[in-house]
Amino acid sequence: MTSRLRCGLLAASLLLGAAAAQAQDRFIVMASTTSTEQSGLFGHLLPIFKQATGIDVRVVAVGTGQALDSARRGDADVVLVHDTAAEEKFVHEGFAKRRLPVMYNGFVLIGPAADPMQTRGNNVSAALGKLAKSGPGGIFISRGDKSGTHAAELRFWKAAGVDLAAGKPAGYRECGCGMGPALNMASSLNAYVLADRGTWLSFKNRGELRVLVEGDRSLFNPYGVMVVDAARHPHVKQALAQQFADWITSGAGQSAIASYKIGGEQLFFPSAN
Amino acid sequence: MNTVTESLWLALRLIVEADARLMGVVWLSLRVSLTACAFGALLGLALGAWLAVARFPGHRALVWAVNTLLALPSVVVGLVVYLMLSRSGPLGSLGILFTPAAMVVAQSILVVPLIAALTRRLVLDGLAEGGDQLRSLGAGPLMTAGLMLVHLRLGVVTVLLTAFGRAVAEVGAVMVVGGNIDGITRVMTTAIALETSKGDLPLALALGVVLLMVVGVINLAVGALPGRGGVLRELPT
Amino acid sequence: MSGISGISGMNDRTPLITLQQSAVHFGAVQALHGVSLTLHRGERLALVGANGSGKTTLLRLLHGLVEGSGRQEHAAEGKKPVLAMLFQRPFMLDLSVRPNVLLSLWLRKVPRAERAQRCASALARVGLQPLAERAARTLSGGQQQRLALARAWALQPDVLLLDEPTASLDPGAKREVETLIEDLVQEGVTLVFSTHNLGQAKRLATRVIYLEAGRLVVDLPVLPFFNGPLPTEAALFLKGELPWA
Repeated sequence: MTSRLRCGLLAASLLLGAAAAQAQDRFIVMASTTSTEQSGLFGHLLPIFKQATGIDVRVVAVGTGQALDSARRGDADVVLVHDTAAEEKFVHEGFAKRRLPVMYNGFVLIGPAADPMQTRGNNVSAALGKLAKSGPGGIFISRGDKSGTHAAELRFWKAAGVDLAAGKPAGYRECGCGMGPALNMASSLNAYVLADRGTWLSFKNRGELRVLVEGDRSLFNPYGVMVVDAARHPHVKQALAQQFADWITSGAGQSAIASYKIGGEQLFFPSAN
Repeated sequence: MNTVTESLWLALRLIVEADARLMGVVWLSLRVSLTACAFGALLGLALGAWLAVARFPGHRALVWAVNTLLALPSVVVGLVVYLMLSRSGPLGSLGILFTPAAMVVAQSILVVPLIAALTRRLVLDGLAEGGDQLRSLGAGPLMTAGLMLVHLRLGVVTVLLTAFGRAVAEVGAVMVVGGNIDGITRVMTTAIALETSKGDLPLALALGVVLLMVVGVINLAVGALPGRGGVLRELPT
Repeated sequence: MSGISGISGMNDRTPLITLQQSAVHFGAVQALHGVSLTLHRGERLALVGANGSGKTTLLRLLHGLVEGSGRQEHAAEGKKPVLAMLFQRPFMLDLSVRPNVLLSLWLRKVPRAERAQRCASALARVGLQPLAERAARTLSGGQQQRLALARAWALQPDVLLLDEPTASLDPGAKREVETLIEDLVQEGVTLVFSTHNLGQAKRLATRVIYLEAGRLVVDLPVLPFFNGPLPTEAALFLKGELPWA
């Protein structure tokens, strides 16, 4: 049965020219996050990389948790996510040799322009503390999807002294979804939501939402790149993936990152050493 | 209402301008789903016809299984296929994850139960009317089922159109096994999901309208095929 | 229990199919009980009886379409008898007239070279040659039944089984089809047919079997059958079925 299955699948590949695509070997699969992709950064960055090296980068954009999981399975050659703790664990588990810092942007607290809970300011934990006490009127959308943004959100609740495990605030809504859908939900419910500035700047369905809290040092959102170790998954295109990691942390890559703007505003800030 | 009218105009503009990236996405959707339906038809028609006439212990269990699989959520199919095709999975060495081939596999699995269940019903109903006569003429059980498929070919076409509809409209399976990679595995439904995610609702709806229009054109083409007695006049002689 | 029987009066006594105390069950229901009969070459056997008496089941059993005990075919010169059956409502595939006839030839593995010719002569025999290219399902009831006869005829059958062949036809078509059947049996085909039409039985049959509740009650040559005397149930049945034609 398996050999017939293989024949069938190979036939499918040929039919769709996947064989032709595979023959063109110079591509790598990068697991990254939906927020990064939706910010439009890759559309700007990857063509420059391709020009420089001739390597195609195929981005599979999912939540941070799923991205790292894909890489653990060997389904990606390189990972670019924004959850330092999870990334370090990934390295510690032996799936990558090291984590390289690439860039950072900031989280922002988004909410209704009228801001009934008076969260406006530059202290995100204080803001969340107010939301926790506000009862059912103050709706907060949580991504609840093990993403980098979700991980950050959980840190802020903790800093505000709110124990989510013990009891969620009355207005807490966990959608288990990506940044875009979470923003859509916040837009239609006139709710509060933690977002990364990149996704927010490229988000089109704002309704009455505005940035309410920014500039807090704890809102710092760092991105790291990791090449999957060929010792763990011999088939990964380590050489090509390393070229990507080297490029994105080099002067050329870093200035490409800095040059990406929406409406004149820079989304990501280079941070490679 | 504004979003809806806005998207209808946008849909028209997209079609008229024939934007290259959109055309690529549409073309990939059609290739993936049509190929999946072709494989699905081969397996599903055979399975459905066989289930209509086969009698063996466990036959009823198999029919029950096929009927239950009609409710397979597309994302579940995607997950199962993903786990099979993942590098860490049993068929990882094929290396087709995140390529259109994986999407074809997933959608084929999705449509086979649908085609099989509907075909079985079609053949059973046909055999109720003419099964005796065909057997009297000398046809064995599988032959009667096969002749019924020829006899009811218009019904078969409807079954295949239904399967195509299910395939081209699903997003869960192709998203998981394809990865929605720009230019490689982005199809209409995953593009719609992406634009929705980005909050560009008019564009997402417009793409939805384009999808429906493409399927509409296909249905027109199918409807224009030569009618009764025309599609298959001659039997093997 | 073989009931009342007598000499059929035919010269050719070659047995074709024998049923020996045959029984047929459909699940818990028993459709035929202990039926014994021998079908001889050249006979024209009419099956009569009320609805549900087992006529159709007996026909199907003789043909071999249902599972039943005690059935035996007799091979002549190493060849088993060729059987063909017509049903009350003719079933045609959604194809033209000619492919429908070719189908039966193809299924019976008639050599390719012969098929076209046998198909053409069968269609000519029943007068449907001009309609050969028409969609079979667009033919009238009578024409479809004639087509069914052509389809069976093309096989050069030893036995023709007919299940109430004219019951669903209007009087004109009835006449048409009956005439055709009478024509065909002149060529010596063995006939088994069920009918509610006792006039038809009188015209066509050489032997009549009366069934009641799955049992063979009377088995007589045609003249003794219709002239009596008959057991009470059979006699009542005949009376109930009058008028003739």
